[in-house]
Amino acid sequence: MEILVCVKRVPDSAENEIEVKPGGADIKRDDLVYSVNEWDNYAVEEAIQIVDRVGGSVTVATIGNEESEEVVRREMAMGAANGLMLVDPAFEGSDGRGIAAILKAAVQKGKYDLVLTGAQADDGAAQVGGMLAAMLDWPYASLVNLIEVQENKLRIGREIEGGNQEVNEIMLPCVLSIQTGINEPRYVGIRGIRKVASLEIPVMNAEALGLDTAGLGPAGARVQRLDYFVPPAGAGAEMLEGSTDEITAKLIDLLKAKGGLK
Amino acid sequence: MDPALIAPANASLLGIPAKALFILIPLVGIGVFAYILKHRIAPLLRAAPDFRFNRYPERIRAVVKVWLAQWRHPRYLLAGVLHIIVFFGFLTLAARSTQLVILGFVDEFTLPGFSGVFGHLYSMLKDYAGTAVFICAVILAVRRLAFKPARYAVPERYGKDHTPEAIFVLGLICTLLLSESVFDASLVAAQSAQNQPTHFLSPLTLGWFFRHAFAGASLPTLQGLHLAAYTIHDLTFFFFLCFLPMGKHFHVITSLFNVFFMRLDTGTVKPVRHGVDESKLDELKSFGVKKFEDFTWKHMLDFYSCADCGRCSDRCPANRVQRPLSPRFISIKARDRCFQLYPLWGQKAAESDALIGGIYSEDEIWSCTTCGACEQECPLGIEYIDKMVDLRRGMVDEGMVPQSLQKPLSALEKRGNPWGKMEKKRADWAAAVGDGCRVKLFEKGEAAETLYFVDSITSYDDRMQKIAQATARILCAAGVDFGVLGKDEKDSGHEVRRFGEEMLFQALKEHNTETIQAAEVKRIVTSDPHAYNALKKDYRDLPPVQHISEVIVDALGSGKLKLTPADNGSSKTYVYHDPCYLGRHNALYDIPRQAIDAIPGIRRTEMSGDCRDRSFCCGGGGLMLFYEPEEEMRMGVVRVKMARDAGADVIVTACPFCLVNIEDAIKVAGLEGQMEAVDLSELIDRHIQR
Repeated sequence: MEILVCVKRVPDSAENEIEVKPGGADIKRDDLVYSVNEWDNYAVEEAIQIVDRVGGSVTVATIGNEESEEVVRREMAMGAANGLMLVDPAFEGSDGRGIAAILKAAVQKGKYDLVLTGAQADDGAAQVGGMLAAMLDWPYASLVNLIEVQENKLRIGREIEGGNQEVNEIMLPCVLSIQTGINEPRYVGIRGIRKVASLEIPVMNAEALGLDTAGLGPAGARVQRLDYFVPPAGAGAEMLEGSTDEITAKLIDLLKAKGGLK
Repeated sequence: MDPALIAPANASLLGIPAKALFILIPLVGIGVFAYILKHRIAPLLRAAPDFRFNRYPERIRAVVKVWLAQWRHPRYLLAGVLHIIVFFGFLTLAARSTQLVILGFVDEFTLPGFSGVFGHLYSMLKDYAGTAVFICAVILAVRRLAFKPARYAVPERYGKDHTPEAIFVLGLICTLLLSESVFDASLVAAQSAQNQPTHFLSPLTLGWFFRHAFAGASLPTLQGLHLAAYTIHDLTFFFFLCFLPMGKHFHVITSLFNVFFMRLDTGTVKPVRHGVDESKLDELKSFGVKKFEDFTWKHMLDFYSCADCGRCSDRCPANRVQRPLSPRFISIKARDRCFQLYPLWGQKAAESDALIGGIYSEDEIWSCTTCGACEQECPLGIEYIDKMVDLRRGMVDEGMVPQSLQKPLSALEKRGNPWGKMEKKRADWAAAVGDGCRVKLFEKGEAAETLYFVDSITSYDDRMQKIAQATARILCAAGVDFGVLGKDEKDSGHEVRRFGEEMLFQALKEHNTETIQAAEVKRIVTSDPHAYNALKKDYRDLPPVQHISEVIVDALGSGKLKLTPADNGSSKTYVYHDPCYLGRHNALYDIPRQAIDAIPGIRRTEMSGDCRDRSFCCGGGGLMLFYEPEEEMRMGVVRVKMARDAGADVIVTACPFCLVNIEDAIKVAGLEGQMEAVDLSELIDRHIQR
């Protein structure tokens, strides 16, 4: 199976103290460290595991600049055979629809049976996977946490409200957005990255992709970000009182009421 | 005068000279033994290299102390003393057994040098040695069968009970001793019956008893006993020899070598591959131990040498809290696998497969805190830390790292600390030191004679920053000109290395080494034993490193630091918990105690039996704080209860990780308000005479 996994380089929320720039148009980016978007990492691991079972190869694609190469290389160190960099000044500032359009062009340049995206990105809106599927006119399933390969279709599990599970069949080719927890992504250390340091990663721009840049970039974006702000602190937490046993009982009731426990 | 009985060398069986049989038995025995040894050595020749042909004076010293003097045995008093008797009994009886074997075909044979007075003395000695070993063997068997010490038990997941093998071998030993005694006693009884001068039999020995038991026996009976005893001894002796390499009794042969080649240093970690320089690590195709042959030959020899005594697992904190790790079975499972892979007969049974997922599980290998209690205890010098690190290197190389550890590792790579906190905030604690004590910052171009290496947890953790502040105030009070690296300091990487991420460790080490060298200091001081051990044992070309307890004791000695008396109003009892990387790995036991005892009027007790080199690990430091083990209880809780049982109200430790674990454990154990934990630096800081 030929699988394309779309990944994104994002500021890692666990390793940064995110501060909003004055004016609210963006966050302060001077002292940020980046990594691959966590959901995308699960998608790559899943793709590698599928290929280990049924054969084929995994390609990891990202839209960005030269700095995005580090995340592609990291995913290649996990076991993805190919990387693909989609780089063009015209891509910068695209909205979700623009990103999906670029990815659609990349998908059509290759021969893929399956496209995986993360369910969402740390700094995203969980929209690209669905839009990409619509543009390709492929079937789509979101929040996938189980994949079994069958003849020309997949049996997939989806996480639905309250931790319940739904099982579907979906025809290939298709697009799936992957939920965390679908697997245990393998570790990639410095040594792994050095092993793939010399592999060529092809770079494609708008021209190579045969893309009309009119719908891309800030000019083509139909969704504009207006503001970032830190929400004001809420009224505070509800303090449970009583003996340890009473507190435990109340907590269990609350968790049940909110769907956290059955 | 004719001998009282026909000697084995002159006897005949069904008309055939018995000599033929008594030559054949040793020949076959030695032949089979050589064949077995050849097969046992085969995997060692395919193993990873290990540079141990060095430091001979230290190795000889280790052999004299650990092997010959059985130094570690009395730590388990009854079993230890019994073993010492058996050990010296075996050494003594080796000459007699050799003589007996040769007596089968050379009549009246004595070993060179064993005639005359020495021979008589030896004869007496071996009679008592044999009897003592016999008594010990009986006690050991009773102990195994009736009292069943818990540490010999085999948990179900590790297979069948090992008692039958132990009893069988004790039976063989008794057979040897009894047959040797009957051989002697039957001759003496016959000599006595024929009024010949009798060989001397030491009173109250086995032979002496048999001689009296045989007093009325007929000559043919005695002759029969004499030859039968000889034959049984000869057969048992060679059977035993060939049985030794089949299991835990291989240590009778390998222990001398295992101790000779044992680990001579503590706190160190073996290189990824001996003979491959750190700068050439990228050229290695594979890292660590993945299959059996990736172990070094010494580590394989360890597996052969394990006597299954269970001391390691008895002292192992992971095993105590029922994590899925028992060091004893790390050895035994590897030995069993080795015997399957390298069978004595036929071809190599199977290709070596992955050890993880085979005989070991991932959680088993991550469960080790590298506290070193097992290695401290092993009477045979078997090592475990390097094996754990090597197995982890293999897992890291294959990407088998739990998610709970991937995050901190990634943060260490990007930010130089496991929480992913901002570099520029690393020295934020310094602003709140107070007391007129200013912390110089090398990152701002300031110079000082001493570098205080703070390391990650003490830099960033709200609670542990108090250790940094106390340490700074102590350094100020002691008149030390010191500074910190601030944002230029990265994690020492101590646990990064011990968790198998060697390349990340190398990157951290390289960065810190350059920054420290650029600071041009005369010495390094740290309040974190893990950093202390890393800078001292893992790094090279650095100025001398001291733990803050050493600085305190020096300053007390020179009078620069003076302490106020303990609060007499409170009647608190203090106990010192030895951090593994200060105590066992660096032998700093007395200095921290001296520092505490320097507080006038302080009352300090000991967790006797569980202190100093028998200290019980608090739960582990560094990355171990992030790992989520399967366990029945926290190690820290066990430790806190030990302190409570010792009558202590305050646990003093000298390591930020110990403090985290012990403070948590006090809460988990429900002892909040009754017990407290404090770092040595905080305790001293409270008592500085200002």
